[in-house]
Amino acid sequence: MNSASALKILVIDDNRVRVSIIEAGLRDAGYDQVTLVNDVAGIARRIQELEPDVIIIDLENPNRDMLEDMFQLSRAVKRPIAMFVDRSDSASIEAAVDAGVSAYVVDGLRKERVKPILDMAISRFNAFSRMERELEEARSELENRKLIERAKGILMKSRGLSEDGAYALLRKTAMNQNRKIAEIAQSLITAAGLLGPGGEE
Amino acid sequence: MSVVERVTAGFLPLLDSAVLVTAREKGFAASEGIELVLIRENSWASIRDRLAVGHFDVAHVLAPMPIAFNLGLAPLAARTVVPMALGLGGNAITVSLDLWRSMRERGASESFEPASTGAALHDVIEDRARGDGERLRFAVVHPHSGHNYELRYWLAACGINPDTDVNIVIVPPPLMADALTSGRIDGYCVGEPWNTAAIAKGGGRIATIKAAIWKSSPEKVLGVSAAWAELHPQTLSALLRAVYRAAQWCADTANREELSALLAQPAYIGAPAEWLLPALSGRIATGDGSVISAPDFFLTYAKAATFPWKSHALWFYSQMVRWGQVNPSRANDAIAHETYRPDLYRAALKSLGAALPTANSKVEGALTRETPVGSAGASLILGPDGFFDGRVFDPDKLADYLVAQTAAR
Repeated sequence: MNSASALKILVIDDNRVRVSIIEAGLRDAGYDQVTLVNDVAGIARRIQELEPDVIIIDLENPNRDMLEDMFQLSRAVKRPIAMFVDRSDSASIEAAVDAGVSAYVVDGLRKERVKPILDMAISRFNAFSRMERELEEARSELENRKLIERAKGILMKSRGLSEDGAYALLRKTAMNQNRKIAEIAQSLITAAGLLGPGGEE
Repeated sequence: MSVVERVTAGFLPLLDSAVLVTAREKGFAASEGIELVLIRENSWASIRDRLAVGHFDVAHVLAPMPIAFNLGLAPLAARTVVPMALGLGGNAITVSLDLWRSMRERGASESFEPASTGAALHDVIEDRARGDGERLRFAVVHPHSGHNYELRYWLAACGINPDTDVNIVIVPPPLMADALTSGRIDGYCVGEPWNTAAIAKGGGRIATIKAAIWKSSPEKVLGVSAAWAELHPQTLSALLRAVYRAAQWCADTANREELSALLAQPAYIGAPAEWLLPALSGRIATGDGSVISAPDFFLTYAKAATFPWKSHALWFYSQMVRWGQVNPSRANDAIAHETYRPDLYRAALKSLGAALPTANSKVEGALTRETPVGSAGASLILGPDGFFDGRVFDPDKLADYLVAQTAAR
C-alpha cells in the first residue's frame, strides 16, 4: 500500500454540500476510495465493513463522543483508531480545530501519509465557511436593501417626500443616532406596523 | 475596575451550565472586571479539543474529564486543573415505560430509592436472561462521566455486572429521550433537562436519581487550562469569585423563574423553561403522573457545592481503575490527586468571607445527616454524603477500596 489512492477515507458530515466539496478535493488529489456518510445511524457497522484508514468528521457533530467511545472500545473496528495527534505538529492540530474539522486515523499510519488528507480537509472546510459567510452577507445585504426600499416607501407616503428625500432622511437619522441605515429602516417599518393602517400598505 | 479581562468559556446546553450563564448574564463576571464569553458546543470532544488548542480558557466539563485528560486517557487533551465545582447532583436514571412496568411488577420503589429499584432491575435482567436473552441497553453521555460511574455503581451494588449483564452505549444528551421512545435504548443516565424531556414527551419514568445513589456528589466542574491558569492567576481568582456569587444567586428561590427563563433561551439550553423547573425546585415529575420531592436533587451553592474536594477526584479515579479505564499506580494516584485544586479556590474566595471547609478531602459517606462543620468564614453545613449501599470511601485508604471493589466485580 504505497500509493495515496490505496488509503480508505470515510467522511462523516451532515452538511451534504460541504461533504461533497471535500470528496471532490480528495478525488482530485488522487484518493479514490472515499466514502461519505451523512447520518451516523448504523455507523458502527459501516466502519466495520469499510475498515477506513482515516475518518474525517465535522467538529460540530454531536455524535463525536459516541464515535470516540466506539474507537476506544474498538469492538467495531479491527484496529484501534486514534485521533491524529502528533504533538510536534500542534500547528496542524490548531488549524484543524480552527477550521472545525477533526480526523481519526488507524494507529500506526505514518504522519506524512495523513497530513495531506488533513490539510485538504482543512482547506476545504475553510473554503466552505468563507462561502457560507459570503452567502450570508449577500443575503443580509439583499434583506437590508428591501428594508430600506420599504422604509422609503413609508416616508414618501406619510411625509410626501421624494424617493431621494426619503433616503436622505433615513441616512441623516442613521448618522445622528450612529446606527446603520438598515436598522433605522427596520425601526421605522416596525413603528409603522404598530401604528396600524395608514402607516404602510 | 479599569482593566477588563476577557475569559472564553465553552459549555454544553445543560442545566448545570447555570452558574456560568448567570455569572455572565447577571453581571457577576463584569463586576469582577471580566468579560465572560460563553461558547456553546455540541460534544465533550469539542470542548476538550478547543480547550487543548487554546480557544477556551475554561470550560463547563464533566467532573472526571480533567482527571482523564491528565492521565492521558483522551486524545488531544491539554493539562487541565479544577479550581471549582459547578454544583452537586442533577442527574437521573430514566427507563422506558415498558422496563418500568417490569420493574414495578418486581417491587421497584416509586420514590427513586436506588436499592429497591436496582433489586427490581436485577430481577428483570435475570428473567430476561432465562428468556430470549437480548441484553438491556443503557446510555450514558461519556465514558469519563459521573453518569457512567454512578450508573455502573448502582448496577454493580445491586448485583448486576455492567460489562456483561447490560450494554452501555454513548448517546448525546439531547438525543436520549428520542433514543428511549424509539426503543433503541431501555434506559439512560443523563443530566437535566434531558430526563424531564422524556417525561414531558410521555416516554419514560425516572427510576432513581444521582442525589440518591451518592448523596452530595459532584457532577460538573470548571475545567481550566493549566497553562492559562499559570499565566492569569488574578483573572482566574476573579472568575472564581464571579462564579461563586452566581452560584449563590442561582440557589435563591426568589430567582428561580428568572433563572429558568434565562437558561431556556436558544443561546443557552434552548429548551422550554418548564423543563428546567423540576430540577431547580427539587419537585421531580416522575413520568407516571406523580411528583416526588427531592430537595437536594441539584445544588449550586449549599453544602459547599462549588468546593473541589480531592476526595471527589480520587473517587472518580477509583472508578476509572475499577472499570478498566486506567491502571492504578503511584504516579496515577498522584495525577488524580493533583487535578483538583482547592488551594486555588481558597485563595480566590478568602476575601469574600465565604464558607471554606477546613479540609481538602473528606471521607465520602462519613456524614449520615446534615452536619455543621468547622469552616473559615461563614458557617457551613455538609452532608449527608453517603453512597446508597452504605460503603464508605476513605481517600486515605484508596488501595483497600480498589481491592474491595475489584473483588466485588
